[in-house]
Amino acid sequence: MKKILKLQVNGEEFEVLTETHKTLLEVLREDLGLTGTKRGCDLGTCGACTVLIEGKPYLSCLTLAIDVQRKKIITIEGLSEQGKPHPLQKAFVEKGAIQCGFCTPGMILTAKAFLDQHPHPQEGEVKRAISGNLCRCTGYVKIVEAILSTIE
Amino acid sequence: MNRLDVVGKREPMLDAWDKAMGRARFTDDLTLPGMLYGKILRSPLAHAKILHVDLSKAKKVAGVKGAISGKDIPKKKYGIVPMAKDEYALAIEKVRYIGDEVAAVVATTWEAAEEAISKIRVDFEELPAVFDPIEAMKPGAPIIHEEVPNNVSAKIHKEFGNVEKAFGESDFLFEDTFETQAVNHAPLEPHAALAIVDPYGKVTLWASTQIPFFLRRNLATALDIPESKVRVIKPKVGGGFGQKIDQYAKDFCAAFFAAKTGKPVKFVYEREEVFTCTRQRHPMHIQLKTGMKKDGTIWSQQFKVIADGGAYNSTAPLMITLACFFIMLPYRLENLLFEGYHVYTNKPVGGAMRGHGIPQVRFAVETQLDRISEKMEIDPLDLRLKNAFQAGEPHPAKLLVQSCGFSDTLRKAAEEIGWKEKRGKLPFGRGVGLAGASFPSGVSNMSHISSGAIVKIERDGSITLLTGAADIGQGAETVISQIAAEELGVPLEDIRITAADTEITPLDPGTFGSGVTLRAGNAAKMAACSAKEKLLEAVAEKMEARSEDLEAKNRRIYVKGSPERGMSFQEAIKYYQYSDRPMPIIGRGSYSPPAKEPTTLLKENGNFSPAYSFMTQAAEVEVDTRTGKVKVLKMVASHDCGRAINPMLVEGQLEGSVVGGMGQALYEDVMTEKGQVLNPSFLDYGLPTAMEIPSIISVEVETDDPEGPFGAKESGEGTQLAPAPAIINAIYDAIGVRFHSLPVTPEKVLKALHEKKK
Ligand code: FES
Ligand code: FES
Repeated sequence: MKKILKLQVNGEEFEVLTETHKTLLEVLREDLGLTGTKRGCDLGTCGACTVLIEGKPYLSCLTLAIDVQRKKIITIEGLSEQGKPHPLQKAFVEKGAIQCGFCTPGMILTAKAFLDQHPHPQEGEVKRAISGNLCRCTGYVKIVEAILSTIE
Repeated sequence: MNRLDVVGKREPMLDAWDKAMGRARFTDDLTLPGMLYGKILRSPLAHAKILHVDLSKAKKVAGVKGAISGKDIPKKKYGIVPMAKDEYALAIEKVRYIGDEVAAVVATTWEAAEEAISKIRVDFEELPAVFDPIEAMKPGAPIIHEEVPNNVSAKIHKEFGNVEKAFGESDFLFEDTFETQAVNHAPLEPHAALAIVDPYGKVTLWASTQIPFFLRRNLATALDIPESKVRVIKPKVGGGFGQKIDQYAKDFCAAFFAAKTGKPVKFVYEREEVFTCTRQRHPMHIQLKTGMKKDGTIWSQQFKVIADGGAYNSTAPLMITLACFFIMLPYRLENLLFEGYHVYTNKPVGGAMRGHGIPQVRFAVETQLDRISEKMEIDPLDLRLKNAFQAGEPHPAKLLVQSCGFSDTLRKAAEEIGWKEKRGKLPFGRGVGLAGASFPSGVSNMSHISSGAIVKIERDGSITLLTGAADIGQGAETVISQIAAEELGVPLEDIRITAADTEITPLDPGTFGSGVTLRAGNAAKMAACSAKEKLLEAVAEKMEARSEDLEAKNRRIYVKGSPERGMSFQEAIKYYQYSDRPMPIIGRGSYSPPAKEPTTLLKENGNFSPAYSFMTQAAEVEVDTRTGKVKVLKMVASHDCGRAINPMLVEGQLEGSVVGGMGQALYEDVMTEKGQVLNPSFLDYGLPTAMEIPSIISVEVETDDPEGPFGAKESGEGTQLAPAPAIINAIYDAIGVRFHSLPVTPEKVLKALHEKKK
């Protein structure tokens, strides 16, 4: 069954006519063309599809779009402010924390939500925070380094 | 060598910003108007005849635009190694493993495609299946491919020196057997393909592939059309590690349906399909016998490996060759006899994976060396140093090793892990271990392993580099651009690169065998040099100098040694045009690794690779004797990669590779029962997470290889050869138990500790 969903993504309001069983991941990628959010498993096991809903990290492949109407959704495309990259984005680039980049959007958003809650974490806490986000390329070393480097 | 400005710099990847901002486009991020979505029906049986496939109900599902089975496609086998082609895009007559492709559909939505798949009826006649390679080799075992009656689809058998005699001359003999498990590459991006076909039958395919040009060839074969009718474009690829070397049903089906329907067609694999129906590291049974001289010389080795290939060949002949030949490096070894068998079973298919057949072998050799050193009371480090191969030494198999930093990697790894203070001296439960390895920098034995590059200097002085090389996240485009920039004497940001489009960019074999930097890097260097020479000629005329006396650096062209006597790059371009020379300036490079005696190594010997990298891994572990859990505290990756073109990217390669090797040592295992994969998800598989990572120290041992561009060699793959044995050796140091099968799970540790107490 199709329905009009009202979604607020990256500060913009959208009305999407779509099937009610669609996940947020599908709606973002297929209806809104926001392909920065990645599908690595579609089963809630890799973290690649992480987005922020009201500032908290959610796996968009396990979230129904219909359930998050009128909530503030941030995807990787919406993390920069007025074209200025978020410090985490800059750190990931400069520290070499990105290889294939498929895990990157989810990783950065998870890190952002975590740092918002824990501005001065220990290394171990950072590792725990991103342990639901898999990366096959980097061995996580430079990812952890990049995240820690943004803490003043 | 001159001071280098761009090569050797820690530069972020050229596409890192796109990836960080969510702008990078991977295959599944592409959509085209009117696109159809495809799904594949896979075999639920491990071995069966296909009697009949009924597509009629599937075709009636609303939105379905096409359905096919093996009967509908050209009966053309393909495969990545020409001599080992054994696959059809969809099974014809027979399925050989659970997951084999039986039929495919396309529809206007994923849901419709999925529904249609569920409506296909297949009548199978189940056949006896075989799941163990040793069983599969026995007479009377079920035959999986009719043309291979004993299921051995590739074998190698060679002797160097005289092994029997050398065993007689040995003072000590050691014999062990080893077993390794199936490991999935698990790239984060699932395999995808998108195809369109124009009215003249020309196919364009965007695919998550490591080897666009081979894919073009294979796809043309499978579709039974000329290669000139296929164009392959590689968008961003979310990791490959060898798994994206092969052509898959998704590539063929996307192209086939696009031709049939006239619409764009997309196929994307589910994670479960990635785990079960793509490729995996070959499980191996290994027997190893070593004869040692009293003084610690490795005098003789006999080696037998049986690799479980699963249902198809993929890279079988190459894999088994690598496994056997790289038992001979990084040590001096004059007497060696090896036998390798690649055996079909009714299981998921083995293929190239980071290290390609060698990690399993290194696990055997390096852990046995530890046992030997204990028995002979020689420090494992000293034993390795004593036998370490050196540059320029004659090699029994005629491998030509022109640069070799192996001994240095051993010393530095030992120093960094604290070998002297820790080995054998840590409290029970803690230990250190090390292991060594060597890897080729690409293959030099087949004529089609050539790379091309084109450098264009435009009227405004901007520079475009075309390369066929396939960046799959390792940073190939960045490294190749750095090489071209260095050669042209301009900063990296002056180079724009276009890569991996078979219609536009020159031929390149793609990303495999760790040859990209050396091959494509050399081609780019040649192209840049030839463009530069044209420019230098013009400047020489203007300055009344000889062009050999000029050099290009820092966006200037000047007389060597006197930067003030010259002109800027821009002025040079201007002069070039004013002197009525035709624009644009185009430099070309075609590079093929030197091969004096082209060989596949299967039969003859000869130099296999233009250069060899060397590495040592050292590990410190802690074993929880209550739970059996092994925690890796520290890993040192000491790597001779020639000259590091981009040290930050090299470090990234080492770190990722080490963690992959650690996964293989301790966690990862594609478990099957009667051919059924039991754990085809990230949840059950055991990919290392950030929680498991140790502190990782990368130590680059620089050598200057004469064949590599600016002296560079392989860096990303060899590192995965030795982490597992280093960790296993460290576990022995910690608890005094030797493990002969991977992965070393907590259950195995507890059981071993329990038995040890008895
Ligand atoms: S795609 Fe959502 S967790 Fe993997
Ligand atoms: S960078 Fe490739 S998966 Fe993380």
